[in-house]
Amino acid sequence: MMRQAIVALASGVLFGMGLALSGMTDPVRVRAFLDVTGAWDPTLAFVMWGALLPMGFAWMIVRRRTRPVVAEAFHLPATSPIDARLISGAALFGTGWGLAGLCPGPALAALAIAPGPALVFVLFMMIGFGLFRLLPTAR
Amino acid sequence: MAVFPDAMPVQGLIGGLLIGLSAAIMLVFNGRVAGCSGMFARAVGLAKGGAPGSVAVAFTVGLPIGAAIVMALVGVNSHFRTSWGMLALAGLLVGLGTRLGSGCTSGHGVVGMARLSPRSIAATMTFMATGIATVALLRLIGWNA
Repeated sequence: MMRQAIVALASGVLFGMGLALSGMTDPVRVRAFLDVTGAWDPTLAFVMWGALLPMGFAWMIVRRRTRPVVAEAFHLPATSPIDARLISGAALFGTGWGLAGLCPGPALAALAIAPGPALVFVLFMMIGFGLFRLLPTAR
Repeated sequence: MAVFPDAMPVQGLIGGLLIGLSAAIMLVFNGRVAGCSGMFARAVGLAKGGAPGSVAVAFTVGLPIGAAIVMALVGVNSHFRTSWGMLALAGLLVGLGTRLGSGCTSGHGVVGMARLSPRSIAATMTFMATGIATVALLRLIGWNA
């Protein structure tokens, strides 16, 4: 478990570095990507394609392995079905993303950049997690 | 790029490669999806199931550490102009929506998309669409907070 936590910390640090370096911790830049009717900024698309490359190789490696390097088993989410819960959740998330230009990763990383606004967003994100647990669909 | 004066294609690609490498390490070594919403919910005890608590806490704590390292080495240019009321509403929607939709830009947008998961492709297309629609609507009504 200790080794898994060290891997997770390294992964989190790399993730945070990538977000900050690529300008994804800047809500104005993220909103500019979503602002297709305004001064569109394609940077986020470069970030996504850059990230998809190593992840594509990672899935190729996973298919050839029976277990991860430091854990007992792979814990992979289902790839189907596409149901109302998935789509309504993604729709709500996208709305919040557009309102603030922040999604969970950049908001957490931004705690080191703009602690005040990032903390407000992160605290209300936690309230959102809590609200979800009150829903009958949450189990 | 003269067409898009503010774009940072090189930093975007390098940062993206780091993000992909990070998620690849999490998957190949720990067998887990590096999804920021799921890891954070798990880290603060607001998700049942998922990664072990120590893994979730370590990943979550790593995010601001990584950002702080970049800030110290090369500096970070960020503009936080959104009002706190809007940040609160947005945070609430993001928190609820990512639990309901089982992921966000990282879990669905990067890890799931690279897997060509139909659920993740559908989720990513949906949150991109409502994100674009929300920004367009804000522009339409002249809201600038």
